[in-house]
Order: sequence, then structure tokens, then C-alpha cells
Amino acid sequence: MAKVVGDIAVNIERCKGCEVCVGVCPQQVIGMSVEVNGKGYHYAGPVNDKCTGCENCALVCPDGCITVYRMKVEVEQ
Amino acid sequence: MEKTINKEQIRKPENLVYRRTPLLVDVPLSYCPGCGHGTAHRMIMEVIEEMGIQQDTIGIAPVGCSVLAYDFLDIDMQQAAHGRAPALATAIKRLWPDKFVFTYQGDGDLAAIGTAETIHACNRGEHFTMIFVNNGIYGMTGGQMAPTTLPHMRSSTSPYGRDVEIMGFPLKMTELITHLPGTYYVTRQSVHTPANVRKTKKAIRKAFENQKLKKGISFVEIVSNCNSGWKMNAVQANKWMEENMFPFYPLGDLKVDGQIVEKK
Ligand SMILES: Cc1ncc(C[n+]2csc(CCOP(=O)(O)OP(=O)(O)O)c2C)c(N)n1
Repeated sequence: MAKVVGDIAVNIERCKGCEVCVGVCPQQVIGMSVEVNGKGYHYAGPVNDKCTGCENCALVCPDGCITVYRMKVEVEQ
Repeated sequence: MEKTINKEQIRKPENLVYRRTPLLVDVPLSYCPGCGHGTAHRMIMEVIEEMGIQQDTIGIAPVGCSVLAYDFLDIDMQQAAHGRAPALATAIKRLWPDKFVFTYQGDGDLAAIGTAETIHACNRGEHFTMIFVNNGIYGMTGGQMAPTTLPHMRSSTSPYGRDVEIMGFPLKMTELITHLPGTYYVTRQSVHTPANVRKTKKAIRKAFENQKLKKGISFVEIVSNCNSGWKMNAVQANKWMEENMFPFYPLGDLKVDGQIVEKK
């Protein structure tokens, strides 16, 4: 059986911490950092491995800081 | 088996499905956190990228928060005096009828100081595209009331809410120009959810494709947030927009291929 796995890469220095991406993720993958970036914003990032690469977060990110990867993997039943 | 997949295996060029389009200049955008201008910019540039018209597109930047659009959009840009973008676009499109020309304007620009330019360009049936970002206030100058400010909506110049008895009624510019013979495609979209972002991109694509037909203005309104001006965070602002802006500015097509869409 094939399964889709994904991952996101956030451009931490460009993230302004608006949190719009957090609510649109169907897998609740995104959380905000405790640390701040160079501009003083808490930045977004994946907090678990449930990402499916659906692109939702990247589409709504006003600053276009999210890059999305997606691949199919075969899993044994 | 599943557990052996690590991030390095997924983050490979062949697995890349979404990245910020290189047609957006690689600099930080000047907008506030969560502002819809950034998403609107990105959708325009994705359309230009997909159509392969980077060399053939000329954009007009307005006065307002998006005045710096020429620093962000990697295409030929001109900056117009406040509200005069449609006049400038008219000249450019008439001189270069085969270029793709668009204006990018806020509501203070397009529906207040630029009302005459907007209406006359739409009525003359010029063949360019207008992108209208409506956040209900003057964002750049500090959140003053705009013609588009909703009844009872607070702004820095209507701190008790817009009283229509004194301050008049909000202007639905998009509905107004729908009824002018010179408009060919009129639609209202938003960029706050993934589904809406996709629809906005489709609308912008259609608006650009329409320029090849030379049948009039294609007008895309994007209802957007101004969380700084509305004094909310971005997530609250998007929710407020859904609850308050959309009932007054309903999303959807108003005119398609020159035919007014009848509302049920
Ligand atoms: C002729 C002239 N009048 C007034 C101004 C001041 N001014 C600058 S931006 C702006 C309003 C812009 O609001 P809007 O078009 O809604 O864009 P936003 O900033 O909300 O994106 C005004 C009135 C100006 N720059 N030029």
C-alpha cells in the first residue's frame, strides 16, 4: 500500500509569526517556536511527523516562507 | 518500514511540490504579519510564471501599503499618483496593446481618490486587468475610514463605528462597475484560506487570459484583512472578515464573459 508523506521547510528569518498557517493545517503539524528570530517573531515550524505535503500552509503564508515536499512511500500491511 | 523515512529523504528536489515563486524578488515583504497583500502578490506572480509572460507584463503600483510592489514583483512596474493607476494603465496598454497590463490598488486608492479613473477606465472598456485589494480602510496612513468601511465598523476616524447618517454609506465599487458595458469579467475573491487562495489564482489567471481577447476590463476584487488597522491579530482578523466583510461583500463572480451573473 502506498502512503503519502510530506515535510515543510520554513524560512525562519522571513516568518513574521502571524500564525495563519497553524489553523489551516489538517494534521495540526505546525506550531510556533518558543525562541524568536532576528526580528523578534516566534516562527512557525513542524512539531510532529504527520505532514502529508498538502500545501495548505504554504498557500496561505502571506510571506511565502513555506516550502513543501511530498513523496509516496510503500508501506507493508 | 514507515519509521525509516526521515526528513532528509523527503526534502529532496524531486519531492518539491511548493516553493515561493522566484518571480517574487527574494526580499522580505514590507507588510504587517498576516496581511493579505503578500498572498495576493504571490498569486499574481504565480499566474505570470505559469503563463510565461514575465517579459511581457507591466504592473502599476498604487499609493497605499502596496506602493512598494515594484520592489517585490520581478516585472516591469510603474508607480502611479494616488488613484491614477487606471489612467496610467490606459496609456501603457494603448501604447503596447500586446503587453499584459494590470493595476494593483487598495480601496482607498481605487474607490476613494481614484473613483473617477476607475469608473471611466471601466466604462471606456480598456483592455487591462485591475486587482482591487479591499481591506475596508486606509491601511498605510493609519487605519482611517475609507468609502468601503462597513456600517458600524470602527476605524481611526470613526472610533465609535461608521455612522451612515453622518458618514454616508459604504461604496460597493465592484457591483457598480459590473453594470458598466466596458467590463468583461468581474469577480470578488479572498486569500485567507487555501481554497480561497486557489480560487483567487484561477480568477487572476482568467483575468490575464482575457486580455488576449481585448473585450474590456477584467476586475478582480480581493477582500482582505488589515489586522494592524483593525487592531486584531491575523487569525482574529480573518475570522472578523468572514463574519463581517463577506455578508456585505459576498464572494463570487459578478460578471463572466461580459454577462452579468444573476444572483439566485
Ligand atoms: C494625493 C495624495 N493624497 C493622500 C495621500 C495619503 N495616502 C497615502 S496612502 C493612503 C490610503 C491608502 O489606502 P488603500 O488604498 O486602502 O491601501 P492600503 O494601504 O489599505 O493597502 C492615503 C490617503 C497621498 N499619498 N497622496
